[in-house]
Amino acid sequence: MVEQRRFFSGLKCRECGRPYPGKALYVCEYCFGPLEVEYDYALIGDSLSREKIEARRKSMWRYRELLPVAGDISVGADVGFTPLVRAKRLAAEWGVREVWLKNDSVNFPTLSFKDRVVSVAVNRARELGFKVISCASTGNLANSVAAQSASAGMQSFVFIPHDLEDGKILCSSIYGTKVVGIRGTYDQVNRLCAEIAGRYGWGFVNINLRPYYAEGSKSMGFEIAEQLGWRIPDHVVVPMAGGSLITKVDKAFDEFAKLGLVPHKTAKIHGAQAQNCAPIVNAFRAGSDVVRPIAEPNTIVKSLAIGNPADAHYALQTISGSGGSGVAASDAETIAGIELLARTEGVFAETAGGVVVAAAIKLLASGQVKPDESLVLCITGNGLKTKEALHGRHELKTTIKPSLAEFESLIETESPTKEWK
Amino acid sequence: MINVRIPTPLRTLTRDQEVVSATGTTVSEIIDDLQSNYPGIKERICTGNGELHRFLNVYLNDEDIRFRDGTATALNAGDELSIIPAIAGG
Ligand SMILES: Cc1ncc(COP(=O)(O)O)c(C=O)c1O
Ligand SMILES: [Zn+2]
Repeated sequence: MVEQRRFFSGLKCRECGRPYPGKALYVCEYCFGPLEVEYDYALIGDSLSREKIEARRKSMWRYRELLPVAGDISVGADVGFTPLVRAKRLAAEWGVREVWLKNDSVNFPTLSFKDRVVSVAVNRARELGFKVISCASTGNLANSVAAQSASAGMQSFVFIPHDLEDGKILCSSIYGTKVVGIRGTYDQVNRLCAEIAGRYGWGFVNINLRPYYAEGSKSMGFEIAEQLGWRIPDHVVVPMAGGSLITKVDKAFDEFAKLGLVPHKTAKIHGAQAQNCAPIVNAFRAGSDVVRPIAEPNTIVKSLAIGNPADAHYALQTISGSGGSGVAASDAETIAGIELLARTEGVFAETAGGVVVAAAIKLLASGQVKPDESLVLCITGNGLKTKEALHGRHELKTTIKPSLAEFESLIETESPTKEWK
Repeated sequence: MINVRIPTPLRTLTRDQEVVSATGTTVSEIIDDLQSNYPGIKERICTGNGELHRFLNVYLNDEDIRFRDGTATALNAGDELSIIPAIAGG
């Protein structure tokens, strides 16, 4: 294994540039700016090539020089490298040439893109000597922390709003983690966790391990570029909660271009949120740099229900800087998006995926995405975890006796078309 | 008197105290009072023009002061202010 330590040197404040060691630190003591991992791109450039990456195992760790783990990967070695699917039927429906789905609804092990961030965070947490892993979560992050801590043989605590979907609760609890439901919003969960993190010596993936955690999201962008045949697409639509993923997809494209792995190009990066919890989209629309938090998010899109997004400022920069836009989807549009994606492409996304599909429809309608451009939709989670959103819409409506006669009368009344016969 | 919860990165200035007390009738006055007892703390919390740093959240009891009057938010005896850095998640 390459000596990974040399590829990243430590952390640096994103606002004032002060350097920090590669420890479990997350904010600058001087200006409270977030800390980011510092890489030695010259060294990485000498070491990394398309051929080298292509020869490696099909997981996010094929880009390991660009991920902040120093030693061997001891947990989550199979995370990532999810399918990039050419969505021909969806494209035909929309009258567009080139639509792709980056399908993290089948990510390993917990069916969301959060497996990427957690894999980096848990490996790094081990290197830093943590014994307990924890997080505040809108559901998916907790699922992945629970599963990957279990596979690492580490104890975990996950903190979630108490009213999440059953699937999100089950998919944490099953792994033997301690699930703590907080009677409050996600932002209140987060605040409590900040206080817990200050008192207990745990590795909180989204707090004191945040600089490492956040870098994991880049792998989604790396894979998109590689799977498109080493190119950057014209447009990407990314769902936003805290606003980290969208900035890291952008960063991934920049890093690949900087390293000469893909031709330079600016993809337009569009951020999607649920209408009733869209603080970043609202600020984008107002042309404002000031993000007004949402006190009481009220949406079926619970995974994205963060009213006070930590990376809102940078998400806005990514959107504006790339020429993208912010788009919000109502609950009804979200449901229609989930159903359209399933019907046309056979992909069952969670609510965040419905938001992305709905956002794409709006971008096409407004002419921001043109029919001859390439469009990538980031499908970040699995529909089986958010069944409640579809309540009453897909119950079993047709039952018959085990009798051919009954079946034939059914087909006469329900679908009297030739094709069925 | 108001109790103020201090985040870990600022505790070097408060001699490792997690909670300190301060006097004032608004959030701004509390920050000035903190500055007189713990010199240097104001420039960590505020930018040059007196605004709170973008990546800091300040809560009055359970409510983000951005939902009230920001740093002009009025305080009563027995209130608690918490200063908390922005946190990622999802
Ligand atoms: C399914 C899904 N998509 C997207 C996101 C957004 O991620 P971020 O917080 O990095 O914006 C989340 C966050 O929880 C999520 O669960
Ligand atoms: Zn700084």
